[in-house]
Amino acid sequence: MALAKDPTPNPAASPINQKLTADDKIELYRKMVRVRRFEQVSLQHYQAGRMGGFLHLYIGQESVAIGCASLMGANDHMITAYRDHAHALGVGMSMNECMAELFGKATGCSKGKGGSMHYFAPDKNYWGGHGIVAGQTPLGLGLAYGLKFRGLKGAAMCFLGDGAVNQGAFHESLNLAALWDLPVIYIIENNGYSMGTSQERSSAYGKCLAERAEGYGMAWDHCLGENLYEVRARVGAALDRAHNESKPTLMEISTYRWEGHSVADANKMKYRTKDEVERFQRDHDPIQVWKAVLIAEGVATEADLKKIDREAQAEADASAEFAKASPYPEPESIFEDVYWETDNKTEASEIGRHFFND
Amino acid sequence: MPRRITYRDAVREALDEEIARDPMVVVMGEEVAQYNGAYKVTQGLWDKWGDKRLVDTPISEAGFIGMGIGASMLGVRPVMELMFWSFYTVAWDQIVNNGAMVRYMSGGKINCPIVIRGPANGGTSVGATHSHTPENIMANFPGMKCVCPSNAYDAKGLMKAAIRDNDPVMFMESTKLYGEEWDVPSNDELPNGELFIPLGLADVKREGTDISLIAHGKAVITCLEAARILEEEHGISAEVVDLRSIRPLDEETILNSVAKTHRAVYVEENKPFCGIGAQIAYMIQERIFDELDAPVQRVCSLDAPAIYSPPLEAIQLPTAEVVVAKALGIC
Ligand SMILES: Cc1ncc(C[n+]2csc(CCOP(=O)(O)OP(=O)(O)O)c2C)c(N)n1
Ligand SMILES: [Mg+2]
Repeated sequence: MALAKDPTPNPAASPINQKLTADDKIELYRKMVRVRRFEQVSLQHYQAGRMGGFLHLYIGQESVAIGCASLMGANDHMITAYRDHAHALGVGMSMNECMAELFGKATGCSKGKGGSMHYFAPDKNYWGGHGIVAGQTPLGLGLAYGLKFRGLKGAAMCFLGDGAVNQGAFHESLNLAALWDLPVIYIIENNGYSMGTSQERSSAYGKCLAERAEGYGMAWDHCLGENLYEVRARVGAALDRAHNESKPTLMEISTYRWEGHSVADANKMKYRTKDEVERFQRDHDPIQVWKAVLIAEGVATEADLKKIDREAQAEADASAEFAKASPYPEPESIFEDVYWETDNKTEASEIGRHFFND
Repeated sequence: MPRRITYRDAVREALDEEIARDPMVVVMGEEVAQYNGAYKVTQGLWDKWGDKRLVDTPISEAGFIGMGIGASMLGVRPVMELMFWSFYTVAWDQIVNNGAMVRYMSGGKINCPIVIRGPANGGTSVGATHSHTPENIMANFPGMKCVCPSNAYDAKGLMKAAIRDNDPVMFMESTKLYGEEWDVPSNDELPNGELFIPLGLADVKREGTDISLIAHGKAVITCLEAARILEEEHGISAEVVDLRSIRPLDEETILNSVAKTHRAVYVEENKPFCGIGAQIAYMIQERIFDELDAPVQRVCSLDAPAIYSPPLEAIQLPTAEVVVAKALGIC
């Protein structure tokens, strides 16, 4: 992958990574492995017919969401599109609530109402989970606006795909972000494809997609996503810019999805070669890359990491058992969470008719 | 043996025939060409017709739908696919303020012969943002036409009419029906050499004498099932009227049916508030009040955003059982 900006010469040495303890580094490994095992288990159950709708897997991209989540302070926020499982687990949502949501159960993070594409945890500064391509990009801007309006020193990390960059709402957001100096970081997770369309077939660009920021006089960056140190170093710099100068950044992080666009993507081996997929699996697996770092640094042994793997697998399996055993939502719940006023049976909810079932 | 083809293939045949018939026709949308369509409606068309007639677009609905409207002003006949009709919201300003209004505001100097098509249905657990059924919203705008075929035969004939129509036509299909088969004669079996169904003609899908079940789109299939249950289990003869096109609307066929049965239930997968059923119920009471033996009833989807949870979504949408119960309530 050609990068429009140079890689960090020694990302491990960057101050933000120097702060990591051995335990922190092992935790980062655990987090990535948990995402992978969670998704592999969800895939089995999807294929067994226990879920509906779409399942967009993040396998191969784990370092991006986990690296970014690891940088979040108390006033930093995250929002993304429908490929949202890793960000959710990254900010600390539990496997149980996430798996139960896929099964459409009442114990799911959105009570079975949202499904795979719609995980939310405002208590963890995680604002979803959005199904309309680029629909989340003005919302990310809004989080940044809210922070600035309320006088908080924080930032909004707003993720989008390489296909999403061509939506008008995103371009409007870039202009507003730069015009009003809003602390938003747009992170294009460039996995090379939007469904079956390669970047070359969907986007007009010069050196890279993030370079479009030039037109708005906005800072931009482009880096490789497979190494956690690099993700943390580069996104960390953008966070500093947001925190200290209240300035936006357009980041592009090159990564790769191993699976189809969603599990239903029948053409997943038609618009790209087997060779290409295998090359990424073999040489650019973010978990293997990080494992090699940990072992080379003497932070962990193969055996330590195997144990983490087994624990993650067990946790994912247990979450599926939890999901299976959980009840479906009650039929009445269809009408809950529509209006705040009717949920809370306020005086306002008594005035006028809110629902129109005959 | 009559020829049986799927709803998906019926739409594809119509596109294929219209591309062949009129060099101005171009099919455009996300993944319609090289990927053969997210739901395979355009399977094989790019191989056959190439880049000029089948165009893959970036994910820029406002941009490419607006472009299609602009090109249609110059006589191009774009057939634009929305991967899901739900994404109309991204292109809404273009559709309404340009597509539906440019003819009026130019005093009739400009036409917009565009078709916007794609699936508009719930029932597949894709969540609230992907399950919109905006036929009532589209039909609310004079200048726009709206078609919701319930089966392969109608889908083919209506698509051909939609493409030849000189006004913007919103054509709503269903992912739940794409794989279902119906009898659709091949062109050489037809007197005119083609299947063409003008917009604005409803169709009685089942004759009956006791009650009219009126519907559009996939809800017609639900009504046929309900009619079977009413007949077999309750000895009630239900007539099923399929609107086919929402606007223009065939009022006479509806009125004739209700004047015969004296009872009507409107069934739709849309939400109740200002739904198609609301318009039909108004029209019936206003035109043939004296023919009615009971108030017109409606069965709609339960009035909340589409829930994800698969078993819950199944009860949110109209079922044959609910239609039967509604019918029994007035029979
Ligand atoms: C407005 C809108 N148009 C189309 C879609 C259908 N769709 C969902 S994801 C997708 C591809 C997006 O690709 P990209 O932005 O690269 O993200 P990735 O899936 O690679 O993570 C498309 C076309 C949608 N959900 N919303
Ligand atoms: Mg992509």
